[in-house]
Amino acid sequence: MEVYGTKLTSRLLLGTSQYPSPAILADAVKAAGSDVVTVSLRRESGVERAGQGFWSLIRSLGVKVLPNTAGCHTVKEAVATAQMAREVFGTPWIKLEVIGNHDTLQPDPFALVEAAGILTRDGFQVFPYTTDDLIVAEKLVEAGCQVLMPWGAPIGSGKGLNNRFALRSMRAHFPDVPLVVDAGIGLPSHAADAMELGYDAILLNTAVAKAGDPVRMAEAFRHAVEAGRLAFEADPMEPRDMAAPSTPVLGTAFRS
Amino acid sequence: MRVLVIGAGVAGLTAAHAFAERGCTVRIVERGEALGAASCSRFAGGMLAPWCERESAEETVVELGQEALAYWPKIHPATLRHGSLVVAPRRDEREIDRFARRTTRHRLLDADGLAGLEPDLAGRFGRALYFADEAHLDPRAALPSLAGRLDAMGVPIRFGTEVTEPPPDVDLTVDCRGLAAADLLPDLRGVKGEMLVLRCPDVQLSRPVRMLHPRFPLYIVPRGDGLFMVGATMIESAERARVTARSVVELLNAAYALHPAFGEAELVEIGADARPAFPDNLPRVRRIGDRLFLNGLYRHGFLLSPAVARIAAEFALEGKQVQGITEAGGGKE
Repeated sequence: MEVYGTKLTSRLLLGTSQYPSPAILADAVKAAGSDVVTVSLRRESGVERAGQGFWSLIRSLGVKVLPNTAGCHTVKEAVATAQMAREVFGTPWIKLEVIGNHDTLQPDPFALVEAAGILTRDGFQVFPYTTDDLIVAEKLVEAGCQVLMPWGAPIGSGKGLNNRFALRSMRAHFPDVPLVVDAGIGLPSHAADAMELGYDAILLNTAVAKAGDPVRMAEAFRHAVEAGRLAFEADPMEPRDMAAPSTPVLGTAFRS
Repeated sequence: MRVLVIGAGVAGLTAAHAFAERGCTVRIVERGEALGAASCSRFAGGMLAPWCERESAEETVVELGQEALAYWPKIHPATLRHGSLVVAPRRDEREIDRFARRTTRHRLLDADGLAGLEPDLAGRFGRALYFADEAHLDPRAALPSLAGRLDAMGVPIRFGTEVTEPPPDVDLTVDCRGLAAADLLPDLRGVKGEMLVLRCPDVQLSRPVRMLHPRFPLYIVPRGDGLFMVGATMIESAERARVTARSVVELLNAAYALHPAFGEAELVEIGADARPAFPDNLPRVRRIGDRLFLNGLYRHGFLLSPAVARIAAEFALEGKQVQGITEAGGGKE
């Protein structure tokens, strides 16, 4: 898979917050086989680079860093956070989150599109966290986004794919844009489900970080994402209402 | 053996105590002007809750933490062994099940059981987890108790003193500077915690209560005299004093969700400091040259310091190693 001209070997992107310790996070990233991790800057940073200790741990993982603007509620906040992230991590990549509601953490699509335009013109490569709305997605592409990251369900809810129909039409509508399901994944089966729909990758955090054994769960997700992708590429059979024997009935011996 | 301990936080004081108990001549230097003035121990919750902590900490914390339950009542008789409680707002009640699965030594209480223990919480929560064996103390009273004990043992504390080079009349330097030791321990980082102290005579609690919330798990520790400590945020930052409005709102929300009377509480203090932590969030006793570092107590200062101080003394005096905690290397080794 390729995003903004960069080839990724893994289709599983991991968030870095809420782990029991940075050491467990490092082991989980290894077990997931991820080559991209996303890091939140807003809360952790504080003033005068006080988050440096954690950032250098992240950099030492040896994977690509996708900084994010988690916790930002306005265009202004998100743009400022993105600029700080570019300076700290030396990357034009930014996972753009502009939250519209404190409780549901759903994106504010209007502010999102506006911020995506501003950041793209400023040279950023924007990974927008969006809803499954097609029109918003179109506006994001018009604003310069070359990847779209619709939610499966609200952040941290672990509910899986809330609206498979919408996600399926999004895939059909944007056959050439890399699509990443971001948020709402709780189980490996949810991740496999999205990959079977033809999604290019999965971004998740809580499902691994808050598992009793995050490292083992990271491995489970690696298998699920790989399995879902393989299944998609293998062109699955169509379900049908009638039984169809896998062994032909014709020519078998007499049955009682 | 003549031992110099740098730092009079909970790590330094317990370390000084462990070495003095084993016959060493110990003295302490502290950069702050008074006990606790420059230590993050001052902002600690003071929960001695090894079993609760297992929810997000390694088994080592449970094993070592149990020593604190025997240690502190001897040093600080006002340590209260009243257990601790875990509750969740109704819509997040499933968090109780998750917490119960990940921890041991607890009992599930129904609403009546909870009301029996904490009458002021009657009718507020349908279920609670009760960890009967846990205890709590007031860090700002426990540190002076330990300093008093050290004074009686002939261990002096010199305040307002920074040490760069250990003086020649010292055989061993025990470095307990917390996050300040990051100058010599590059793998040490800060994890900021913000806390409040509220005065609310309308609410009576006998033990710490943890409020589970998927986004902001917080706790409230009764300090007596109508005072409550509400803590604590966990932010990957080495910043020491700044408290954000958002954190204060979250802490107050947790208190208010526990009991609406906290809405009328007096806001006595808003505080913050950074906890010193290694990448696995577990403590280390590390020898580099002729300096022994005791650091990385993270959010477990009062819980782990008695065991880690003992391990440090046994390591330095008897060469006894503990897998995962003691490390020797570098410098003049």
